[in-house]
Amino acid sequence: MAERTDGARRVTATGPGRILVAVYGIFALAATSRAAVQISTKWHEAPLAYTLSAVAAVIYIVATFALARRGDVSFRLAVAACGTELLGVLVVGTLSVFDKEAFPDATVWSGYGEGYLFIPLVLPVIGLLWLRRTARR
Amino acid sequence: MITGFGVALAAGATLVAVWAFVSAARGREPGRALLVALGVVEALIVAQLVIGIALLIAGDRPGSMVTYLAYLVGALVILPVGAAWALAERSRSSTVILGVACLAIPVMVERIHQIWGAGHG
Repeated sequence: MAERTDGARRVTATGPGRILVAVYGIFALAATSRAAVQISTKWHEAPLAYTLSAVAAVIYIVATFALARRGDVSFRLAVAACGTELLGVLVVGTLSVFDKEAFPDATVWSGYGEGYLFIPLVLPVIGLLWLRRTARR
Repeated sequence: MITGFGVALAAGATLVAVWAFVSAARGREPGRALLVALGVVEALIVAQLVIGIALLIAGDRPGSMVTYLAYLVGALVILPVGAAWALAERSRSSTVILGVACLAIPVMVERIHQIWGAGHG
């Protein structure tokens, strides 16, 4: 645990932070496989929704690795990924509720992530809170 | 797919997840018994892959072949990767991670059965 002491090298993947990385990892897997299936089998049906699925997948992958790695660059990347994710779930969630035409098929973020027990909505909030806590240490 | 086997696998994984969460709540690091249980669930996932491929050889077809195979194989990596990540730094959080990984299994099993069922509408 000696490497945890200096403030310049922020460590997000320790203690409960490791649970966060695991959950992000599972969502990265889920979002990636969903996007891959949608794009490879029925791209023409809903290009916008499937592009968003792919974008969400990339953000989950980035967040997983950024949270798992140590250092300032990873820390900033993790903040950016969680921030984008929160924005994405709020914007896509709102649009999917009010403009169903634009989203004929579901993405991870549709209905604020209702297809995934609303975890997509809660996850970035917990992520950002955790990042703020590790920044203070 | 064989529904009974899928239900057994999903129930087993959920049970191990509950076990992990309870033991984490009691402040425990992952013990040997929990890891053995995880191994049993993983063995069932391997059996699921074997059954899944046997059904294909028998001539049955899922709704989407690529998706079906991707989920069958994808399900294999969750527990080993989760366990490796969990055990790299041992604490009660490791136990929670094992539980989280187990919870992903019933979801995968359900998806696999959905994809399989789509070819048998």
